[in-house]
Amino acid sequence: MTTTTASKADERVAQVGFFRGLFRRVEVGALIGAIVLWSLFAIVAPTNWISITGLSRILDPASTWGIMAVAVALLMIGGEFDLSTGVMTGTTGLIAGLLATRAGWPLWLGILVALIFALLIGYLNGFMVIRTGLPSFIVTLATFFILRGANVGVTRLVTDQVYVGGIDKAAGFDSARAVFNTGITLFGVEWRSSILWWVVITVVASWFLLRTKVGSWIFAVGGDTTASRNVGVPATRVKIGLFMTTAVAAWLVGMMNIVRLRSAVGSQGIGQEFYYIIMATVGGCLLTGGYGSVVGASLGAVIFAMAFTGIPFAGWDTDWFFSFLGIMLLAAVLVNNYTRKRATEISVGAAKARTEGA
Amino acid sequence: MKAPILEVRNVTKMFGSVIALSDVSARVYPGEVTCLLGDNGAGKSTLIKILSGVHQPTEGDYIFEGERVTFNSPREALARGIATVYQDLSLIPLMPVWRNFFLGSEPEKGFGPFKRYDIDFARRTVRDEMAKMGIDVRDPDQPVGTMSGGERQSIAISRAVYFGAKVLILDEPTAALGVKQAGIVLHYIVQAKRRGLGVIFITHNPNHAYPVADHFVILRRGRVLADYQKEELPQDELMNLMAGGEDLVKLQQELAQLESKPILVV
Repeated sequence: MTTTTASKADERVAQVGFFRGLFRRVEVGALIGAIVLWSLFAIVAPTNWISITGLSRILDPASTWGIMAVAVALLMIGGEFDLSTGVMTGTTGLIAGLLATRAGWPLWLGILVALIFALLIGYLNGFMVIRTGLPSFIVTLATFFILRGANVGVTRLVTDQVYVGGIDKAAGFDSARAVFNTGITLFGVEWRSSILWWVVITVVASWFLLRTKVGSWIFAVGGDTTASRNVGVPATRVKIGLFMTTAVAAWLVGMMNIVRLRSAVGSQGIGQEFYYIIMATVGGCLLTGGYGSVVGASLGAVIFAMAFTGIPFAGWDTDWFFSFLGIMLLAAVLVNNYTRKRATEISVGAAKARTEGA
Repeated sequence: MKAPILEVRNVTKMFGSVIALSDVSARVYPGEVTCLLGDNGAGKSTLIKILSGVHQPTEGDYIFEGERVTFNSPREALARGIATVYQDLSLIPLMPVWRNFFLGSEPEKGFGPFKRYDIDFARRTVRDEMAKMGIDVRDPDQPVGTMSGGERQSIAISRAVYFGAKVLILDEPTAALGVKQAGIVLHYIVQAKRRGLGVIFITHNPNHAYPVADHFVILRRGRVLADYQKEELPQDELMNLMAGGEDLVKLQQELAQLESKPILVV
């Protein structure tokens, strides 16, 4: 039992390692999906698609979606959902916009207040979930409706319409635009600077999740909250922190939207919360928590962006985008199931072989 | 005779008007396996919960390393070196072995914002620690959920040993295991004992208890029914005590009566 011959043991590790190395890559499904979809549009609409313009058109929506998908993926790995993410991109934009245009504040001050508001809502979401023990799906659904109503209600009260325009006249607009979302011309095409934000956030979040102590705790609280508490993981703080992270991501995207559009709309972001969840799922996150990847979630955002830009490129009706979402989600869930099962079966098989051999 | 590492003297525990434990005294020695045996409702769980700091005794003394102690939480007991491995193990199935092993006590390297999980150290240590217990971890990246019950028990045990446990309380570690897997766990129990830990092994199964135990404490209805060194107690005697002796004879008689009765047809 103790020591079989060393060379024999090493051989077996290598065999198991090969298959598992392949299937343990959480992102593998999303990567295959992205390649297939890209190839599909490359065949259907090659002239627009295989061009530098095509790439910048894909990465534009991918960037803000990707930022949200990364934060939502972290939260889902931590075992919770947040349905208030989409509407929060609108709320934060409206707060900053209203303060800058109606109260006459410098835009940066409005941006700061919006950030504080986002942190507060994120904290409250987490606090309610932990304190009540209710599913986060329900708690954040309530937040979603409250914010959705308030977005339109407050905006209409203040402006008599559901739209806040003229943000570009506020003090500090140019610097805010330069920070959050500006156009950069490179290779003769304009790229959004939000793409840079997205790439950096994905890399940092992935490093944080896989290479730090708190990252390990995120997996742990999503896998089994009680067990993690038993070994000393501060589960409450981790979960509340994750809710605050999604809220801050929504704030960032909200700011990116208002500096780009120079306005804020009451209906901004509604319905997008499901996009982010689907992107994270496509990227390999399990709906039950404890498993997933932020790089995968970013790839999920790329897949979405490809469908979003590719469907009009191909000359198809954009109504089909939603059907595509549904099919992607279904495919992703099935692939996730399969890869996980596959990984498990291989190791169980290996364990059996080991026991029988011993 | 060496000094006991852990001792309870005349411990009584009441839950309202229910007497869960009554005047229980027992000793645990370092480098020995103390087997705690008893039927359901005998008070085993209450006793280990007192030892692990979940409950406090209503009366009586808890002595650890020669001094009287009161633990208000399992963390306090753990800080003194009393580790309890529960049946649910506190392991996260989807996480790799090394992340599980160090969960809640992660080794780190680097400074300030670049402080990071020392993954190489964690992987290496898991391999080494498990090797000390006699298990060969081929792949520390394997998710715990894909391992067998015996292997999971061994992770939980070696984790407790690594983090400096002096007393290891194992709550029915072999209950859900097959013969072979149970054998593996018994192997680690002996390893832990040989490293000088005082092991408290709770079980229903005399076949698992007898080969590893040095000392038996048998509880019945909240009292110590018997406290023997292994030499004093032949295996068939232990079986008898476990089964409840007279109770078993009575049961046999009842069953025999039942068989001789005609079946009532309504």
